[in-house]
Amino acid sequence: MEEVAPKVTIFIDGQPFEVKPGKNLLEACLSLGEDLPYFCWHPAMGSVGACRQCAVKVFKDENDTVGRLIMSCMEPVRDGLRLSIQNPQAKDFRSNIIGWLMTNHPHDCAVCDEGGSCHLQDMTVMTGHNYRKYTFEKRTYRNQYLGPFLNHEMNRCIQCYRCVRYYKDYAGGKDLDVFAAHNHLYFGRHEDGMLESEFSGNLAEVCPTGVFTDKTLKEHYTRKWDLTTAPSVCQHCSLGCNTIAGERYGTLRNITTRFNGEVNGYFLCDRGRFGYEFVNSASRVRKPLVRSKLPESTSKSIALEEAAKMIRNGRVIGIGSPRASMESNFALKTLVGDEHFYQGVSEPDHDLVEFNLEVLQQTEAHILSLKEVERCDAVFILGEDLTNTAPMLDLAVRQSVRQQPMLEDVPKAGFPMWQDAAVRELIQDKKGPLFIASFQPTKLDEIATETFNATPAEIARLGFIVASIIAGEEITVHDVSEQTQRLAKQIADTLLSAQKPAVISGTHGGRESIIKAAANIGNALKAKGKDVGIMLTAPECNSIGLDMLGGHRLESAFDAIGNGYADTVIILENDLYRRASAAQVNKFFDKCKHVIVLDSLHNKTTERADVLFAAGTYAESDGTLVNNEGRAQRFYQVYPTTEDMQESWRWLIQLGDQVQHQHMRGWEHFDDLLPAMVVAHPNLIGIESITPPAEFRIAGQKIPRATHRFSGRTAMNAVNNVSEPKPAEDPDSALSFTMEGYRGQAPSSIIPFYWSPGWNSVQAINKYQLEVGGPLRGGDPGARLIKPTLQSRSTHFNEAPEHFQPLDRHLFLVPLYHTFGTEELSVHTKGILEKSPEPYVMLNSHDAQEMNLAEGDTLAFKIEEQVYQLPVKTGSFIARGAAGLPIGLPGLPFAALPAWGILNREISWKKQPQPIS
Amino acid sequence: METPLTQHIVADRQPLSLKEYERVGGYESVRKVLKQMTPSEVTELVKASNLKGRGGAGFGTGVKWSFVPMDVPGPKYLVANADEMEPGTFKDRLLLEGNPHQLIEGMIVASYAIQANISYVFLRWAYKLAAHEITKAIQEAYDAGYLGENILGTGYTLDMHLHTGVGRYMCGEETALLNALEGKRANPRAKPPFPQVSGLYGRPTIVNNVETLCCLPHIVNKGAEWFKSISNSEDAGTKIYGISGRVKKPGVWELPMGVTVRELLEDYAGGMKDGLKFRGLLPGGASTDFMVEEHLDVKMDYASVAKAGSRMGTGTMIILDDKTCPVGFVLNLQHFFAQESCGFCTPCREGLPWVEKILLAMERGEGKPEHLNILDFHTQFLGPGNTFCALAPGAMEPLQSALKYFRADFERHITEKRCPWKK
Repeated sequence: MEEVAPKVTIFIDGQPFEVKPGKNLLEACLSLGEDLPYFCWHPAMGSVGACRQCAVKVFKDENDTVGRLIMSCMEPVRDGLRLSIQNPQAKDFRSNIIGWLMTNHPHDCAVCDEGGSCHLQDMTVMTGHNYRKYTFEKRTYRNQYLGPFLNHEMNRCIQCYRCVRYYKDYAGGKDLDVFAAHNHLYFGRHEDGMLESEFSGNLAEVCPTGVFTDKTLKEHYTRKWDLTTAPSVCQHCSLGCNTIAGERYGTLRNITTRFNGEVNGYFLCDRGRFGYEFVNSASRVRKPLVRSKLPESTSKSIALEEAAKMIRNGRVIGIGSPRASMESNFALKTLVGDEHFYQGVSEPDHDLVEFNLEVLQQTEAHILSLKEVERCDAVFILGEDLTNTAPMLDLAVRQSVRQQPMLEDVPKAGFPMWQDAAVRELIQDKKGPLFIASFQPTKLDEIATETFNATPAEIARLGFIVASIIAGEEITVHDVSEQTQRLAKQIADTLLSAQKPAVISGTHGGRESIIKAAANIGNALKAKGKDVGIMLTAPECNSIGLDMLGGHRLESAFDAIGNGYADTVIILENDLYRRASAAQVNKFFDKCKHVIVLDSLHNKTTERADVLFAAGTYAESDGTLVNNEGRAQRFYQVYPTTEDMQESWRWLIQLGDQVQHQHMRGWEHFDDLLPAMVVAHPNLIGIESITPPAEFRIAGQKIPRATHRFSGRTAMNAVNNVSEPKPAEDPDSALSFTMEGYRGQAPSSIIPFYWSPGWNSVQAINKYQLEVGGPLRGGDPGARLIKPTLQSRSTHFNEAPEHFQPLDRHLFLVPLYHTFGTEELSVHTKGILEKSPEPYVMLNSHDAQEMNLAEGDTLAFKIEEQVYQLPVKTGSFIARGAAGLPIGLPGLPFAALPAWGILNREISWKKQPQPIS
Repeated sequence: METPLTQHIVADRQPLSLKEYERVGGYESVRKVLKQMTPSEVTELVKASNLKGRGGAGFGTGVKWSFVPMDVPGPKYLVANADEMEPGTFKDRLLLEGNPHQLIEGMIVASYAIQANISYVFLRWAYKLAAHEITKAIQEAYDAGYLGENILGTGYTLDMHLHTGVGRYMCGEETALLNALEGKRANPRAKPPFPQVSGLYGRPTIVNNVETLCCLPHIVNKGAEWFKSISNSEDAGTKIYGISGRVKKPGVWELPMGVTVRELLEDYAGGMKDGLKFRGLLPGGASTDFMVEEHLDVKMDYASVAKAGSRMGTGTMIILDDKTCPVGFVLNLQHFFAQESCGFCTPCREGLPWVEKILLAMERGEGKPEHLNILDFHTQFLGPGNTFCALAPGAMEPLQSALKYFRADFERHITEKRCPWKK
């Protein structure tokens, strides 16, 4: 617990207010609900005093009537301090700041994507600057191509420096900077080109005007006020970042950040922000299909009848999905019965996730939230390439390496932490400890203290040694090189001397032993009295949730069909060709008598369906996901659909109704599922109360998904039908589909948009927080389902793996991940596909030389029965005898990695096999 | 009259070599401080001498040093601000080109006082000759053991490097200079923290003007009382004054602090050129307020000039005559300031170009009556504290005083729709 310093009193325009010490005046005023305009300050990035917009008058004492102008963002709160926001001179100055900014601003709001959600517009109105006096020419710029995600329009720039401060200082990007000087400052790249950072999309929210705007939104542009929005949760990795999804005319238009002080804060990664286009994809399943009736689509009732017939007459199993909601998985599990429910994840993932969950339930270390990672002062990453496996964790780790130098140096220098430029000047490029053990170099290496590139076995071994050293035990790992021992000692000593050490690992290393090592380190540090945290990534957005529901492994489903135990399968939002080898899946389908599939996109699995139900994506569904830390979070349907496309759980309930399933009797709406779920799964208790129930009302009203500024509410469909249709009703949540409803603030878990009078941009978030930058009023949404264990049940894992032994004529293939490309759904966004690499195999350059392979040559190998023919990339860091295969890329057949690949007989990568240390 | 700073500078002659410099007593102060004084004694001496910074702000040098925390481990830095870019100012140039060893000697004294082990000369890019002379002098000082490790066997180590800037006026501001020295944009930094606490590379740093540093050897050698005694005013020491503009003999002279404007103008610069009348002057570079006829008997020291509504600045004057358009004169300065704005804060970045455009419009006969209000508004709102650093407030000083003393000339531009000085 942080110590709570006593509050101090400041006087704003004569009124006393109690405020927290340590803040600056701007934060204090905003937290008190004052409307004080600003540009360059950002709650996540602190103050630099550039824009001069937040000027207020401060007075020496109550007799001082003259006072002096100061920038509130640069002035610390002091007890007894007297300031005036309303002072005429201060107001005049603030309005003149806008006047100055407007001298070169193009006033092109009407054609600017930011218009209507523009901080510059809001601040202009707030300061009362109405008429311009500047009559000379404005300066103009040439804009740049910045890649598929962001549009660049420099003429609108007000030079607040937020973009470079975010992109370079906060997110560690290198290819965006400020050029030139005086009133010709240019914020952009050194030349046209794709922005390199995985977090570039945040520029659209960080920029207070329309310089950086969402290019994907531009392709189907809608004013913010015309969007129908709902609170959502990102589906593109396991971290569960909170998002707001916006729709108009039945297409999803954009994703913006939904603030969650415990999870993603103010930011998102580009995969999360731009990966939404699959919702609008031409490959969507939009109507139910029954094979026997093809090529025509089928009505809902016929499809349900057909499927019900199959269920009634068949021996049915169900295959769930880690990318489907808790509710959908639970509905399927109930429909087919617990004993016939299979998790539908690959063999390695099944074990790894199960093991992950076990560690989370038993660890003595604190389970970190994404936000808490930022505050850790020493980090050890085992087996994860975070930038590519859990991108927002990369961003969190980038903040964590600043902790130690900041905590050491800044208090001594005697100025506050929010004085960003001064803090960065003082700590220079000093970095706190970060150790990364990964298969090959990662993007985070540039800020790492030490890195260790090796095979999974070697990474696990390193971890075991570190744990033993911390615990002060005898090292049971044998045959360790001196170099590795030294590194292990350095890591152990560093973690031991940190205030808040963190261990980050997860399933992407492909080996339980790596997670075991991480768990051991966490427990050992805890035993030494350290405030240690652990974070484990998971493969997909609901992997942990699915595992908490339980279910058999996919292989058993194959067996069940293969040996005739079952003949009919219901597959929930799952492309089995991404879970097992094509040969295995084909065999499985060949043996199935009936295949019922629920999914949102056509894929190889839906091709095998006898009945295919059009499942809603997150934009068309309500549901709950459990993220990698065991945090249950609700996402809400954004817009109504036709009855042909529904949430999977609704299809399943209706199927249950058709077959008169006794356990599903009375189920109709979302809220019917949750109580049943916690009864059946007491480990999920808490999940039922993370959001208000559907009957929740404020002043008798629902919470509107659209702002009161929404236009065309009664006329937007008049082109089709002049009679105004009845607005769709939402029986599943307390949200209404229209602008009608309660106009005040909604409870934190059900905030569909941020808006407050005078605050139309994303910065209206200030008004929803307890204090700016702090948690949302009513607490950050979501609930941890995994509670800390009261008594120690933690297991100490002993079995460190043996050294990796290369095998001639074989390659040990380890999985490689790509932010853009690996994840199944996001590649349907054009820009993400553009950024995703072509399939390849990564070899050690020495091995490639031995094999007479040059960069770009084709290498053929087999994993199980699957043949791969891939262009070769080479690198000197991947271990000899091992190779990297970019898992999940479009067009690359499934492999359960890590696995041995067998080379063609003629190819030998090594004359004499030698052990590698 | 003593002229300690310029006594060994002779026009059209090479600066003294190290050997020659030593022969006239050069580097004596280094011997003295390193062997006989503690760092704090040096600081106390400089405090007692009442030496004020000659870069323009006039802050007490010893007091400035005393803010350096002496007990923190790790490097400290001394930087000589030789980025002399204030329009009309060429006093440091004389010292840099005329006697580089005097600067190096002063830097060693200052470095010792704050226990810095690394020092930099941040030199204006255009001072090519100075760069050449300083490079040579630094090498000589290294060769003679005044720089490097274990100086004069005292165990004290000091390295010195010459850094030539790229020609940004902003670098005259000490925190922007430090950013530039680090290879960053020459944007100023917020104070606090002051450079004495977190300066170059976030370490304790003192930035002193060239002329300030050149005073140090003499203060060490002859004492604080002597230094005070050679002045005509409250402010101690001599000052290098300069005059540019259409006077008979423009130039720089080392004179006791506190000579009057009239003495300078008439006795040293020989008065106005024939046929020209004096209208006003900027006493200490472009970023100071105009003084006019009534101020001719003001003493050129910090307090007296301030009393007259201006600033001593660098002490190098620019004279305005009656055949030069004051609007054009100010326009020229505003063009400079607008161009030299780093662009970091809004009022300076956007305000100065606006001012420049208005003055340009006036000069072209396109001035409008409301333009005067906009100029007035800028002089009020680009004040100290409102902008991030002192550049824009400095830029407003000649403008606000020109609007005060020469308002009729501005108005004539507008009413006559032309510049009355243009044929």
